[in-house]
Amino acid sequence: MREPELVQGNEACARGALYAGCRFFAGYPITPSSEIMEYLAREMPKVGGICLQMEDEIASISAVIGASWGGAKAMTATSGPGFSLMQESIGYAAITETPCVIVDAQRWSPSTGQPTKAAQGDVMQARWGTHGDHPIIVLTASWVREVFEMTVHAFNFAEKYRVPVILLLDEVLAHLRENVILPEPGELEVISRQRPERLEDFQPFANEMMLNFGEGGHIMVTGMAHDEMGFPTQGQKAAEQLKRIVSKIERRAEELALYRAHYLDDAEAVIISYGITSRAVEAAVELMRAQGLAVGFLDLKTLWPFPEKLIRSWTEGVQYVLVPELNLGQLVREVERAVGGRAPVEHLGRVDGYLITPQEICQRVQERLGVNHGVRSS
Amino acid sequence: MAYDLLEEYLRVERLPHVWCPGCGHGVITHALACAMAELRLDPDRTAVIGGIGCSGRAAFLFDMDAMHTTHGRAIVFATGLKLVRPQLTVILTLGDGDAVGIGGNHFIHACRRNLDLTAIIYNNSIYGQTGGQVAPTTPPHKKSTTSPYGNLEYPFDIAQLAIAAGATYVARTTSFDFRDMVKFIKRGILHKGFAVIEVLTHCPTYYGRLNEMRDPYEMLHRLKEHTVPLEEWEQLSAEERADKIVVGELHCQERPEFVESYYALITRMQSQQVKGDGN
Ligand SMILES: Cc1ncc(C[n+]2csc(CCOP(=O)(O)OP(=O)(O)O)c2C)c(N)n1
Ligand code: SF4
Ligand SMILES: [Mg+2]
Repeated sequence: MREPELVQGNEACARGALYAGCRFFAGYPITPSSEIMEYLAREMPKVGGICLQMEDEIASISAVIGASWGGAKAMTATSGPGFSLMQESIGYAAITETPCVIVDAQRWSPSTGQPTKAAQGDVMQARWGTHGDHPIIVLTASWVREVFEMTVHAFNFAEKYRVPVILLLDEVLAHLRENVILPEPGELEVISRQRPERLEDFQPFANEMMLNFGEGGHIMVTGMAHDEMGFPTQGQKAAEQLKRIVSKIERRAEELALYRAHYLDDAEAVIISYGITSRAVEAAVELMRAQGLAVGFLDLKTLWPFPEKLIRSWTEGVQYVLVPELNLGQLVREVERAVGGRAPVEHLGRVDGYLITPQEICQRVQERLGVNHGVRSS
Repeated sequence: MAYDLLEEYLRVERLPHVWCPGCGHGVITHALACAMAELRLDPDRTAVIGGIGCSGRAAFLFDMDAMHTTHGRAIVFATGLKLVRPQLTVILTLGDGDAVGIGGNHFIHACRRNLDLTAIIYNNSIYGQTGGQVAPTTPPHKKSTTSPYGNLEYPFDIAQLAIAAGATYVARTTSFDFRDMVKFIKRGILHKGFAVIEVLTHCPTYYGRLNEMRDPYEMLHRLKEHTVPLEEWEQLSAEERADKIVVGELHCQERPEFVESYYALITRMQSQQVKGDGN
């Protein structure tokens, strides 16, 4: 048996990236994500990889895209202000089908906000931050070991589907240190982009096959609407190509849906959460189950593509759905849409910079289920 | 000149290009293709990275790996690419607005970092692609669609900016001086480090039309008349230099190149690990 070790969320992310085969990182310092770059600055050269501090976040994501076309698995990490700056190039990655991973350790609210206070306010920005219709995958995590695993998943999805993948962390998880046993080599699957078998008639923008620069393909890459060969196009062809890149992710919503579900079979109330908030949800559900309440939870790891069908089936016949998030109401609207009026869906938000507690969750659910005895914290 | 080799470097099937008749961008792109041919660059090991602007469109014309990036960011896309594929010769085609307007921050940092990239700056003193707006390179008093009463600002001297920021090869010429363009681009490519070749060029459609110089030929002549080769420049008095621009190889220096430095670090760290593992 290996001994557990004390690992910080950001470090788990950096180690997950190396495990997944990431060999290029570019970033710009920002709380609460800087430790990812600091760790990789130390470790990348040892594994033959590159870690570069750029002049800003636009440079960071752009260098990541360039490196990805060079053949490297590539990542950047930031927080809100930097994530906002990256949006134009994230759109470029989406339309050029460039595999890459962007970590956003969320901080409180817009602008500088509160750099050292956790929030979950970038959920919609992660989906729609760049302009226009586009494909994107957004993952999140709740525990330090999960940060590692989700970073590996992020690379696997990025490489397999040629798409930018965003990993949403938050200030608390990024800085949290937990005793963990991280995966050993070989324990998790690691996926790399697929090379076309034949070069002669290869179309670089027709499917998920990818040929890197420097491999003789004479690939043309542009952020303009382009045909299968990468040259500018418009009208019907542009529409076709856009639909292809969006649907390659959307139609796979079910296979991309990573989640944990517990106590759902007989649940009268379901709590749907993600990220750091899922820890409180799980604790609350355990407390309520001990009291004999039929409450279950769905802890989403994949936020986008939104696992609509999954939510619809897990909330079939329930009396109440609660969505706690550290914002004023973001994912709750998607849940509402999926539930489609078959049960009341409520939001439990918190934006004072502190985490939602199990007690707050218990209280709300008990009220709604008409249970009048409180739950004491243990 | 290796004209017969040009077809190896250009996607001739994509000609004619999209530029206006009389535009200097085609001449510069032609010079770049000639430089590649004269150096017998291997198209499988060469990449052209363009920004957004009329100039950035050059990327579509080269029969090799090519990237048409976002406005102002071509240099940083190229930075990532070059670092993971050091064996590639990476050439940038940038506009003046692209390089020192929106991309100014990346430009000065690239000069400082000294990666082995060759940046060709198509400086037409205006934002061509978007319809002739004022650029950070537009001379004082000149008109553009957003300086209709004459430019009140003072322009960047791109070559001087590059030198001050640490670029290790800096040359300036004009779209009139075809041979110098080819010569400087070749030297820039051969130079180990960040090379900047600023080409002063003409945009008859906007700059010319808005400043009473509709004729491309007249614009070319103006470029010739207003520029002075470095050797002559050194003999000129301050007054004589007043409305002139110096052209030539303005700066060449040796300084550790970033990609090499990084790979040397990798070698050092990996050999330490091997030693460490043996203990
Ligand atoms: C972020 C962003 N802002 C603005 C634009 C619009 N835009 C496209 S090209 C251009 C200016 C091009 O000027 P320059 O770089 O000098 O190239 P030229 O067309 O003159 O060759 C601008 C402002 C853009 N594409 N992206
Ligand atoms: S607008 Fe100016 S720079 Fe652009 S192609 Fe026409 S002449 Fe050339
Ligand atoms: Mg211009």
